[in-house]
Amino acid sequence: MLKDIFTKPKKKKYATIPSENAKNDVPEGIMTKCPNCKKIMYTKEIRKNEKVCIHCGFHHTMTSPERIKSLVDPESFVEINEDMTSLNPLNFPDYMEKIEKDRQKTGLNEAIMTGTALINGHKVVLVVMDSRFRMGSMGSVVGEKISRAIAHAEKLSVPFLIFTASGGARMQEGVLSLMQMAKTSTALKKFSTAGGLIISIMTHPTTGGVSASFASLGDYNFAEPGALIGFAGRRIIEQTIREKLPDDFQKSEFLLEHGQLDAVIPRNELRDRLTTILAIHEQEDISW
Amino acid sequence: MVNELEFEKPLVQLKEKINELKKFTADSDVDLSMEIEKLEQRLAKLEEDIYINIKPWDRVQIARHPERPTTLDYISELFDQFIELHGDRLYGDDHAIVGGVAFYRGKPVTVIGHQRGKGTKENIRRNFGMPHPEGYRKALRLMKQAEKFNRPIICFIDTKGAYPGKAAEERGQSEAIARNLFEMAGLTVPIVCIVIGEGGSGGALALGIGNHVHMLENSTYSVISPEGAASILWKDASLAKKAAESMKITAPDLKELGVIDQIVPEVKGGAHRGVKDQAAQVDSVLFQSLRELSKLSSDQLITHRHEKFQKIGAHTVLTEML
Repeated sequence: MLKDIFTKPKKKKYATIPSENAKNDVPEGIMTKCPNCKKIMYTKEIRKNEKVCIHCGFHHTMTSPERIKSLVDPESFVEINEDMTSLNPLNFPDYMEKIEKDRQKTGLNEAIMTGTALINGHKVVLVVMDSRFRMGSMGSVVGEKISRAIAHAEKLSVPFLIFTASGGARMQEGVLSLMQMAKTSTALKKFSTAGGLIISIMTHPTTGGVSASFASLGDYNFAEPGALIGFAGRRIIEQTIREKLPDDFQKSEFLLEHGQLDAVIPRNELRDRLTTILAIHEQEDISW
Repeated sequence: MVNELEFEKPLVQLKEKINELKKFTADSDVDLSMEIEKLEQRLAKLEEDIYINIKPWDRVQIARHPERPTTLDYISELFDQFIELHGDRLYGDDHAIVGGVAFYRGKPVTVIGHQRGKGTKENIRRNFGMPHPEGYRKALRLMKQAEKFNRPIICFIDTKGAYPGKAAEERGQSEAIARNLFEMAGLTVPIVCIVIGEGGSGGALALGIGNHVHMLENSTYSVISPEGAASILWKDASLAKKAAESMKITAPDLKELGVIDQIVPEVKGGAHRGVKDQAAQVDSVLFQSLRELSKLSSDQLITHRHEKFQKIGAHTVLTEML
């Protein structure tokens, strides 16, 4: 009826749920929605900006290949131990299937890439964790690859640089995962005693056994803005102390204020800052 | 003239008078250039009188001048690519002490210093340059790092003292200061300390165990502030001026007592009158120190530091008195 034109349409009685097909109408990856400011932008645009939101500066998670590409001199990364893969020492149900699934998903054999690279001409051993693979959790392979990378850095007498991103120790490998904390830390001690430079850059998230071992043992501990860094999970702490925690709890800035970090470095300044630090350490001669 | 100090008042008045006359000459036909010249001569003489025969209390005023250059001022003037490093890795990051790595004349160094604020807001954030234990622990952490990588350490001292607060005591202010004195004694790299403002008590000394300790001409270094001394000795903080005269807290006094190595000359009227010129003065003394110390081995540096502090003090034996 004509009258209906002037009245508000009635509320729909049923909520419409987009079908599974409709969801895929927009090809994946063209647009990205920032989880922080909720603004939508072209994926291309945000990639160009090193995956930092162009509106609010939110740092989106980087995969390890992306990190390496954005940080090191072109073509300078040489991967080592890339073939190493997990066993199932505890015969944990479904573990191997999950590993296989993540391998398909990421194209990586484990949650970590190690190798040598040049950063503005400074040679380093570079280790980058990847949170897409079993949430970057540390099992035997991650521990072993880190230890070997440290030994490699010692052999080459170059700095050891690690980007951490991990939920912690890998549950499926039980106590062996726990022992990787010991393995990596003892390796770092030997390297450090020999005068090696250790730089840890914590990215979102760095928690549990990883934050309680190599991630915190740098001569310089840096972090990306807004990264979650801590030992125990927020929920566990809240349930234990029966208290609501502040919003910024365990964020990089919180850790900086509490003395745990040397600096919080935005991603687009990282390369320059690292270059300066590496240059400072390259100079052996201190006679005046 | 902004922020003139009490003892500079006669100078300011005279300068104002000269300016008035100049303006008057410009505006009218009367030629007063003779008078102006005379007055300017008087001004020069007065300046000399005031700045050469400067009293300890006047120096205290200069040392506390709100615009006196701070650690970060010297860092930005003298060092390249300074990267500030935060936190003691234990409890917090104390903004009353800043530290980091940088290049000094092309060579890597670690530089640490007390940091006052400029203006109320920054002063509150930096707690007026009075550190808590975490500040000293941060400083020590950075010094240990410097030692590992064989970098000289440069400390700028500028504090009224360690913060006398409840939380500071709970977290072990005494231990933090003591630990620094103890550990600095054993560091294997050169340490150069420069008192750039107030060197207040243990809070200053905790960054002060250097192979060389220098002092800016108008800075002070003492066991307690003149106000504190006056209230302890005479139960009256208003006698601070008298305390300042008798406590021997100025650079020339400390040089005579053998506590410091060199006096860094200041720009006339105080460092705040010319930050760049003052930085150049600091630069030449610092460079000279580092050049001397870099010739020493690790063991020699430790021995050098040890002997330096063992020598300080005044004593005699009873028989000699008789």
